Amino acid sequence: MQLDNLYQAVILDHYKRPEHKGLSVPSDVQVHHINPSCGDELTLNLSLVDGRISLTWDGVGCSISMACASMMAGLLTGKTLSEAEPILDSFVSLMQSKGTQSGDEEILEDAVAFAGVSKYPARIKCALLSWMAFKDAAVQVEGKQSLGSEN
Amino acid sequence: MPLKAALIRRDFPIFDRKIRGDNRLVYLDSGATSQKPNIVIDAEADFYRNNNSAVHRGAHQLAEEATEAYEGARLIVAKFLAADGDEIVFTKSATESLNLLAYAMGNAPAGNRFHLGKGDGIVVTEMEHHANLIPWQQLGKRTGASLSWFKVNTDGRLDLSDINSVITEGTKVIALTHQSNVLGTINPLEAIVARAHEVGAVVVLDACQSVPHMKINVGALGVDFLAFSGHKSVGPTGVGVLWGRKELLDELPPFLFGGSMIENVTMTDATWAPVPRKFEAGVPNMAQVVGLGAAIEYLEKIGLENIHEHEVSLVSRLLNGLQSIDGVKIFGPQDLNMRGGVVAFAVEGIHPHDVGQYLDSLGIAVRTGHHCAWPLNKKLSVTATVRASVYLYNDEADIDALIQGVQGAKKYFGDR
Repeated sequence: MQLDNLYQAVILDHYKRPEHKGLSVPSDVQVHHINPSCGDELTLNLSLVDGRISLTWDGVGCSISMACASMMAGLLTGKTLSEAEPILDSFVSLMQSKGTQSGDEEILEDAVAFAGVSKYPARIKCALLSWMAFKDAAVQVEGKQSLGSEN
Repeated sequence: MPLKAALIRRDFPIFDRKIRGDNRLVYLDSGATSQKPNIVIDAEADFYRNNNSAVHRGAHQLAEEATEAYEGARLIVAKFLAADGDEIVFTKSATESLNLLAYAMGNAPAGNRFHLGKGDGIVVTEMEHHANLIPWQQLGKRTGASLSWFKVNTDGRLDLSDINSVITEGTKVIALTHQSNVLGTINPLEAIVARAHEVGAVVVLDACQSVPHMKINVGALGVDFLAFSGHKSVGPTGVGVLWGRKELLDELPPFLFGGSMIENVTMTDATWAPVPRKFEAGVPNMAQVVGLGAAIEYLEKIGLENIHEHEVSLVSRLLNGLQSIDGVKIFGPQDLNMRGGVVAFAVEGIHPHDVGQYLDSLGIAVRTGHHCAWPLNKKLSVTATVRASVYLYNDEADIDALIQGVQGAKKYFGDR
């Protein structure tokens, strides 16, 4: 079934058993992103522990947006911000590929399962909700760090 | 007279195409926009092919023909609503019709009955589409008028128990929907209209979900202004209607300024053309207006009473079918006398987008999301719902396909 390309088993697994869900307290930065066209909401906590990312999240939304948040948190936790950047770029590029890319498994690991989403224009924003929240949080945490280093 | 949906579908060329492979189109999203019959598509194209010229200008034959077609459509709309021709204002959308009212009221000087300021009140309801909430909310912010609203009961009806404290002596405008685009609730208007007129307020009716589906007589409704869109009434996109009582339109200041809407212009001042042209600045969406005229003639030929009866029967089948599925929650009244052809529901454990995506894979088009009524969704404690809406071209097979599709979605997402 064509639909199975969109709803890969690993995506539904993460949707039913999300990882890194439940917000850690405290965090360096908290961002709240919404998808105004559908009402999905995501809160993301980002902390840097010895320069390494720690992510927790909570939210309400469809299987694509929630599974994506779960997988992203696992993929980026433990990485440095500079290591996370090419992963973010690779995921965004995959989403923009209109089904022409299958994704680099070396970089994206299980998140290549979202390749099928890029064929459904209305769902790309679901997959990008958590990644755009991370991008926002990363900019904010970098800002905080550079302020801190000036003091 | 019962409708023959299968015959009606032949008038709509879009039903000839296939969806997601080889599925027939099961279109259950007419609440968002309706499909168009050939007669409307042809009317729009024929205007461009044969009569295209700027209306109300020019001394040539084409200008005469274009003006006649455009003004002819105005009379068709007027007759359809049991109104007068000069009470019909063409806009680009129902959203623009409602914004026209809100902005025009914001332009009203002191002494004008529409002038708003501190101490005046605007009343809406919790079930408004954003298009009939935000213009009023923002008008309140601009003028200092307060905004209050009728709440929605748990069964999806307006709570009118506090009508005398919601509509007060200071209330100037009450804006509400005739039929909720989420709950399907048809709002009773008598008490609201009576109370509004008792305090000298005007009633603005968002009739986007009612005018295409039931016989409307503006005089019988008792409201003062009414807005609907062409594209939900088998007409073209890019055309909306604002109806208003003549004496009220006369007193209401203009919203958009420019060509056509003037009587006299100097370098420092201007006076306005009589209604409705006072509200139709610029060259209007002529082909779309002509297309809307064809659409309304088409609906009248089939009969609005027949369309309504047909939809009630489909909604009855739909409600029964959905109720028979475990874990499906339906929002809005179950009483068929109080509701129209839109049904919002949720399937336990499956997000509406995923339900919608699964249905789409079978060729079934539904709406998912908050349906531009975010405050109502918050009231219902849901982030989103699935919405199925029916129209004259739907039949029992469409309803059965949806019911089976929802059962299939439960299996697809539940078993994996």
